[in-house]
Amino acid sequence: MIKTCDVAIIGGGPAGLAAALSARKAGAENVLILERDSFPGGILQQCIHNGFGLHYFGQELTGPEYAQRFIDEAENTDGIEILLDTMVIEVHGDKSIIAVSNKYGLVNVQAKAVVLAMGCRERTRGALSTPGTRPAGVYTAGCAQRLVNMEGLMPGKKIVILGSGDIGLIMARRMTWEGAKVQMVCEIMPFSSGLNRNIVQCLKDNDIPLYFNTTIVEIHGKERVTGVTVAEVDPKTRLPKMETARFVECDTLLLSVGLIPENELTTAAGIEMDRVTSGAKVDAARQTSVPGIFACGNVLHVHDLVDNVSQEAQIAGENAAKYALGTLPVADTVKVIPEGGVRYVVPQQLVKGEGNVALYFRVGSAYKPARLTVKCGDAELKTTKKQIMTPGEMEKVVIDLGKVTGDVTVKVEEA
Amino acid sequence: MYDVVVIGAGVVGCAIARQLSRYKIRVAVLEAGSDVAMGASRANSAIVHAGYDCEPGTNMARVNVAGNALYDSWCRELSVPLKRCGSLVLAFDERDMEEVKRLYDKGIANGVPGMKILNRAEALEKQPGLADDVVGALWAETGAITCPYEMTIACAENAHANGVEFYFNFKAEKIITLKDAVEVEDDKNVLFRSRFVVNAAGLHSDDISHLMGDNSFTVSGRKGEYILLDRSVSDFVRTVVFQAPGPLGKGILVSPTVDNNAFVGPTAWNNSGKENSSVSQEGLDILKTAGRKSMPNVPVNRPITAFAGIRAVPSTGDFILGQSPFNPRLIQAAGISSPGLSSAPAIAEETVESLKKAGLSMQLRADFDPIRVKNKPFRLMTNEEREAAIAKDPRYGRIICRCETVTEAEIANAIERTLGVPTLDGIKRRTRAGMGRCQGGFCAPRVMELISKYAYIPMDKITKNGGESNLVVGRTRGEENK
Repeated sequence: MIKTCDVAIIGGGPAGLAAALSARKAGAENVLILERDSFPGGILQQCIHNGFGLHYFGQELTGPEYAQRFIDEAENTDGIEILLDTMVIEVHGDKSIIAVSNKYGLVNVQAKAVVLAMGCRERTRGALSTPGTRPAGVYTAGCAQRLVNMEGLMPGKKIVILGSGDIGLIMARRMTWEGAKVQMVCEIMPFSSGLNRNIVQCLKDNDIPLYFNTTIVEIHGKERVTGVTVAEVDPKTRLPKMETARFVECDTLLLSVGLIPENELTTAAGIEMDRVTSGAKVDAARQTSVPGIFACGNVLHVHDLVDNVSQEAQIAGENAAKYALGTLPVADTVKVIPEGGVRYVVPQQLVKGEGNVALYFRVGSAYKPARLTVKCGDAELKTTKKQIMTPGEMEKVVIDLGKVTGDVTVKVEEA
Repeated sequence: MYDVVVIGAGVVGCAIARQLSRYKIRVAVLEAGSDVAMGASRANSAIVHAGYDCEPGTNMARVNVAGNALYDSWCRELSVPLKRCGSLVLAFDERDMEEVKRLYDKGIANGVPGMKILNRAEALEKQPGLADDVVGALWAETGAITCPYEMTIACAENAHANGVEFYFNFKAEKIITLKDAVEVEDDKNVLFRSRFVVNAAGLHSDDISHLMGDNSFTVSGRKGEYILLDRSVSDFVRTVVFQAPGPLGKGILVSPTVDNNAFVGPTAWNNSGKENSSVSQEGLDILKTAGRKSMPNVPVNRPITAFAGIRAVPSTGDFILGQSPFNPRLIQAAGISSPGLSSAPAIAEETVESLKKAGLSMQLRADFDPIRVKNKPFRLMTNEEREAAIAKDPRYGRIICRCETVTEAEIANAIERTLGVPTLDGIKRRTRAGMGRCQGGFCAPRVMELISKYAYIPMDKITKNGGESNLVVGRTRGEENK
């Protein structure tokens, strides 16, 4: 099958759907979403808990409800087409795409602009190199979430969770509600990478202990997991203190140890990457180093809230439409440079111009309280103080683009 | 009544089974595990050794060099990947250079073709990125890499297609030698009667031998750990890089795999036991250090997984092959440690000769088909081939494993081909689904669904790797009564 379109969007999750809608609203005549799953909505479809949409809709929704709002709108919008069960295998700088579909065979798409919205995947046990055996019962939290929420299957009855990422916290509660005993959550860092509201609602409300500076040093069990050895780590070196090691019995180990943007297509297309975010480098329009290819959502950098994904996707979709229509201005860019406690900032570049622009960033460790300074050369664009900044919560600062004359630095330090 | 039962479905047992299937005899393979390649054959260095390492005059030296030469035809007939990438043994000082020369001489004595002693510059030409203190190396052009479980699976499938029967979850517990036959019985009182037994039971080959009255050797476990690296950082190594054997053993190697993931390994823990294939932090640390010793830029910080295998080390120091002097109905292929993978085809040929000598009448079958067809993996197809494949079978258009681009058609095919009960790891080994960097995070539930669909196994009965390695323990509360 051969198709042409103004804007092609890779991925029909929350980012892809929001990007499609905003591209269409911004004047793109035809927008094509390529989705590898059998239904749109992405990972939200397995997130049956609530807490989505507070910022975007001012309402608390479940994941599927949040997704459905976008799906309904996309399906009722002329000029947006969604190809399901269609997985993109190649993206090229000339905005041509090759996808595979069981219905249409090989799908060749020629777009004028492309939005990358492939989302992210979970870090695995292999990436951690956790010693021990390799029995059944070791799952990433998201994989377990799919089994429980979409297949109605219980991965185990006695659970230990490594990592306090949001999916792990959500699954601690979910498994408890399904009658499993969640023994503990171990977090190697002295702070959680998850949202505070999840620690309260998922762990504290269910009496599940959370141990900081603690990790798993060995997995036991020949056929099925029989337990894990848990040990405290030295807060400075992060190396386990073996004298604190103890055996904790369990039949299942869930891992919630980080998310990695899924950028195989992006790197294959020769797009410049940010080593810290593991996503593409973009400007404020969310345009990558390859003109006409945009990126948004968790493929660009991992978000805490889908609400932020939707907002970012709107920006990418709108600008992709402008690019397709030939109305996206080309101008000089300046760099946005993280300093002090700031790990990364998205966008990594800005185009000089008018109006306000929001910068999103994360800190590398907890700052309590934190002072934020945004500068352009010697000129201070913004300085604020915040009670606490932690790596688990994405921060946002809005600056006046009119004052940007050169490279911008974003710095966080102990206040 | 069988003519031969082969005990053990590792690479040696399956290669023997394949070779036996050329003849007009009745053969069964009895395997304790739930699939083929469940022991050392699923976790080893995947190297077809040139053969300079073995002591001249040993069984090892003979079958290694002969086996290496057979690999091209076996892999061609069986559609198993083989890459003659050559191997280097690095020398870091003059003492090591002496060792390299000694290996060269042993290689000559063993009949290894295509060896050369290289100086530093020549070694760097073969493999850029070697450490600064590498002074020279032994080059062996017949050194190759293959896929050990694919080889095992392919031999088994070809043997099966040619009439060999396979029985899984059969743990031989009692063997009675009668006047003209042997009875092999398991813990569930299943009994096989056969004229001969071939002992290819790997780590447990001493137990089988003992059951048949041959106590001439024992087998101990030697655990070896590996770190497998992400494919995106694996193009730094293009040949097998050994280190000169020192007081600490053969040394740890850095090598490419036929699937383009590099690895570092193995460690060598003597008397590690036969059961515990766990990976230790100590082992991982040793691997990182040793890997960097050969190639300072080895990206050990980009693993996709770590694993361990247990080699079956014979107390005699050599492979135990041929008719047992203690029981004429017992043909040994026992104590096969490294270089067992390299030797398997030659051991298979010698086993046939041993059976003939032992008195088994063996006539070649006219209808033996040496070819095992394996469809080209979707990930290796051109886009034209993909188009054609999807047109023929639309399930090729449904990608189940994103990381390795494995389609429903390939997984369905693997499920249907599995001789035992399909498992998640079994399908992984047959298709690579779950072997990529998400390690099955996305595709495991989908592969489980397909196993359930095509093999009619309820989801809660599907295992990771046989036995009681069930992947899920039941249904959620809302689903329990459905």
